[in-house]
Amino acid sequence: MDFQTLVFFFLSAILIFASLRVITARNPVHAALHLILAFFTCGGIWALLQAEFLAIAIILVYVGAVMVLFLFVVMMLDINLDRIRQGFWSYLPLGAMLGILMVMEMGLVLGAKYFQVPAAEAMVPAGVSNTKSIGALMFTDFVYPFELASIVLLVGMIAAIVLTYRGPKRSKYTNPNQQVFVKAKDRVRVLQMPVEKD
Amino acid sequence: MDALMNFGQGVFGGAWPAVWALLKIVLIVAPLMLSVAYLTWAERKVIGYMQVRIGPNRVGPWGLIQPIADGLKLLLKEIIVPSGANKGIFIIAPMLAIAPALAAWAVVPFTDSLVLANIDASLLYIMAITSMGVYGIILSGWASNSKYAFLGAMRASAQMVSYEISMGFSLICVLMVSNSLNLVEIVNAQDHGRFASWGLGILSWNWLPLLPMFLVYLISGIAETNRAPFDVAEGESEIVAGFHVEYSGMAFAVFFLAEYANMILVSALTSIMFLGGWLSPVGFLPDGALWLFAKMAFVLFLFLWFRATFPRYRFDQLMRLGWKVFLPVCLVWLVVVGVWMMSPLNIWK
Repeated sequence: MDFQTLVFFFLSAILIFASLRVITARNPVHAALHLILAFFTCGGIWALLQAEFLAIAIILVYVGAVMVLFLFVVMMLDINLDRIRQGFWSYLPLGAMLGILMVMEMGLVLGAKYFQVPAAEAMVPAGVSNTKSIGALMFTDFVYPFELASIVLLVGMIAAIVLTYRGPKRSKYTNPNQQVFVKAKDRVRVLQMPVEKD
Repeated sequence: MDALMNFGQGVFGGAWPAVWALLKIVLIVAPLMLSVAYLTWAERKVIGYMQVRIGPNRVGPWGLIQPIADGLKLLLKEIIVPSGANKGIFIIAPMLAIAPALAAWAVVPFTDSLVLANIDASLLYIMAITSMGVYGIILSGWASNSKYAFLGAMRASAQMVSYEISMGFSLICVLMVSNSLNLVEIVNAQDHGRFASWGLGILSWNWLPLLPMFLVYLISGIAETNRAPFDVAEGESEIVAGFHVEYSGMAFAVFFLAEYANMILVSALTSIMFLGGWLSPVGFLPDGALWLFAKMAFVLFLFLWFRATFPRYRFDQLMRLGWKVFLPVCLVWLVVVGVWMMSPLNIWK
């Protein structure tokens, strides 16, 4: 067993453990933390596959930004575990069916690639920058899907704003923009008083 | 060097490469920790003189042994875990705060060849690693089971996520003009240009053509490290000490170390991206790591100077600065740089 295989099994073991803990941990914050660990380990495995851009991107985007906000929300939730468990048996058939379907789909996609493409073909020659080639492909061959994906994201963003928008604010609030441009002479008036002598 | 390599091979045999890598890590981390200690001393001295005080002057000549004494004091103190705290996360949080601050140094180059790992996407690596520093703060706030700490953690995470965006955009401008994600090549790209050929390299560095981005990066860097005037996460006048209010002894000291290590990291990155790294400002002086250290010292001095000068931002003003000032400036300047590079006036060929 060479070093890379050892690292792969080490990372995979952590990944599987972390993923299991995500769905079994009782404390939602612990579950979110294990999800972060899973993402990070996943980045490690991708780096091992010489996909350094993807590896860094998942850490930058998911670990560095998405999960921070997610953790933030989870920390402030007041979760009653008993109430969540109430409908467990009635939801189980539907959930299990979806889960099995997803596993089958993943098996088809990953299996097809794994069994047909020889591993040697996926090797990247040294000195080729992953980031540069992904960037070039993204803005030439795949420019339409890329733009489409960004529009989908934009729609999602606007949808989130619309969903949480509660109409114009009626209460008085201070505008920090106006505040920082305030000059002292607008606020303070220095009066000249004649000296009173007695 | 060869003699050292041969000696190592002889002593450690096959394990020598691993031992050598560990040695290099120690050679970076040990001086870094020493710099952190003396940065706290410099901070107290500089701010002291700015406020017409003397600063530490009892322990050793000019108070030079003060940071060591402080470290020893903290080391000997008890670490109190508050009741109701989540003990595991409470202990892990300081480690999560300091680990990214140290791990990022793996790709920071000191000269052309003096770098631990000269990887292709080192700029991306730095951005990814530093974006994880926020976890230490959030988790410490949550695990402490204290309102003040939690408020501090919420402030810190909102602030760090917001300023990361403008920081990232200013770095995108840098990578556009240097056509590389590699920090060594980013520095080497600053060595070309009309002013550099006249022997005035200082005017060819990125700070001048990318001046708005330089300022955005510098200010975002201060916000990112939670330093004054953006230290609302600590805000001792409002929320006591923010996220580390419940920490004592060495656990507190680790947060302290992380903050100062992050300051040194940001100053190193500013020097590399915008101030020409190890390049000498004028043609007749040789390049070298000393220039990098001098530039870092200058940026660190700016950090201390700002802390002594500016009052703390209010939180809504801070958010406004990040989202409504820096982000539009970055987006516009990104387009400006793109058009500039495509026009015949391109100076980065």
